Amino acid sequence: MKKNTVAITGNQAVAEAMRQIEPDVVAAYPITPQTDIVMNFSQFVADGKVSTEMINVESEHSAMSACVGSAASGARTMTATSANGLALMWEIVYIAASLRLPIVMPVVNRALSGPINIHCDHSDTMGARDSGWIQIFCENAQEAYERTIMAIRIAEHKDIMLPVMINQDGFITSHSVEAVQIFEDKKVKDYVGEYKLDHSLLNLDKPVTYGPLDLQDFYFEHKRQQAEGMANALKLIPDIMADFNKEFESNHDILETYKLDDAEVAVVVLSSTAGTAKTVVDDLRSKGIKAGLLRPILFRPFPTERIAKELAHVKVIGVMDRSESFSAMGGPLFNEVRSALYDSAEKPIAVNYIFGLGGRDIFPEDIKKIFDELLAINKTKKVASRISYVGVRE
Amino acid sequence: MKQKGWKEVPIGGLIDKGGSAMEYKTGGWRTFKPAVDKTKCINCLQCWIHCPDSAIQVKDGKMEGFDYDHCKGCGICAAICPVKCIKMEKEK
Repeated sequence: MKKNTVAITGNQAVAEAMRQIEPDVVAAYPITPQTDIVMNFSQFVADGKVSTEMINVESEHSAMSACVGSAASGARTMTATSANGLALMWEIVYIAASLRLPIVMPVVNRALSGPINIHCDHSDTMGARDSGWIQIFCENAQEAYERTIMAIRIAEHKDIMLPVMINQDGFITSHSVEAVQIFEDKKVKDYVGEYKLDHSLLNLDKPVTYGPLDLQDFYFEHKRQQAEGMANALKLIPDIMADFNKEFESNHDILETYKLDDAEVAVVVLSSTAGTAKTVVDDLRSKGIKAGLLRPILFRPFPTERIAKELAHVKVIGVMDRSESFSAMGGPLFNEVRSALYDSAEKPIAVNYIFGLGGRDIFPEDIKKIFDELLAINKTKKVASRISYVGVRE
Repeated sequence: MKQKGWKEVPIGGLIDKGGSAMEYKTGGWRTFKPAVDKTKCINCLQCWIHCPDSAIQVKDGKMEGFDYDHCKGCGICAAICPVKCIKMEKEK
């Protein structure tokens, strides 16, 4: 298959995916570090490269509101945001999922204020983990590009019908130039096909109502359906990924394991930090230490059984969270992973490392220290601290 | 009436047809019920114009009574009636 290799940033890669998808409507508001997704896409609109209706709104609350109206009318709809922009959308983020509208939204992960900060952590989308959106985390620009395209098929699958967030790390991925392989336009257009909604708000021959008052007598039924949609997504996303892999000669999965099969100690980490951690794993392996890594890719729905299966044999795991949930019981990834292991007969000791908040750099030496601690715990079977903060000044 | 389960209703709270408010009986919300004295009524249809629930029944340009399945008993008809021929009576 023909792929064109170009040197672009994560944001440019996502804008390129949006150009190829050519959604009917994009309603978006710029916010750092997502800005140049919208900026680049606006340029495509201005240059006549896409026929998309670009709606420039006055806030993210309006962006997501316009997306809801647009998607309900039967238009394929996209937007993009980061951090406080996502927070300003909040009310409508839940409504988009509840109304079962297949909006696709690349999110460039950035620390949520306050204090105000524009750099990477996952506090923005982790806050939205119960909003009913599918959440997929990407390690690099290539993944962000391909999964933005794939997300259209996931969101619009008739047994799913849920909006999707495609997450990449702010600045680290969004603003770094990488070699990205771009598919042919026609191939992408054929893959995404045409969005056909059964009940369009604009079909005057068959009038419908979206978003009516839903009280004690039916709200619960609609929430039950929504839970089923998410359960279906968990079943269907591996198939959609396999199909994509065949179509585009790629290699997507709901999670990545790295030298995990015979690992005694392992870290679990999302997105770009996994790249750094893999070099540490290689380094430890060269010294004969059985280190490994697991990188969750699909975070909502959470692939509990698969994660438990992959980690069951490991002796000690360190779950690395790039966000704090202020629960006094660790970060969100830690809690999900630890909960996933509860039903396993054999399970690793699990400890949590909060790192990289507000874009604080994480170095190979930091991850090496984490592995050293995991090895020490494996030896003594004693956990001195269940939750630790890596890279913060004492 | 047996209500539909979660597998049977359209997803996302969608109402997949128009005019379904007819099937939703709101008469039970009423505390006060309008009653008309037709001997005084001048058929000006002010009640019909102002009723927020389209619950005034009209035939051949004449006010005939109320759709008690949908009248919520707000009393606007009684308040607007220029000849005061509509009275609000406590529901029994």
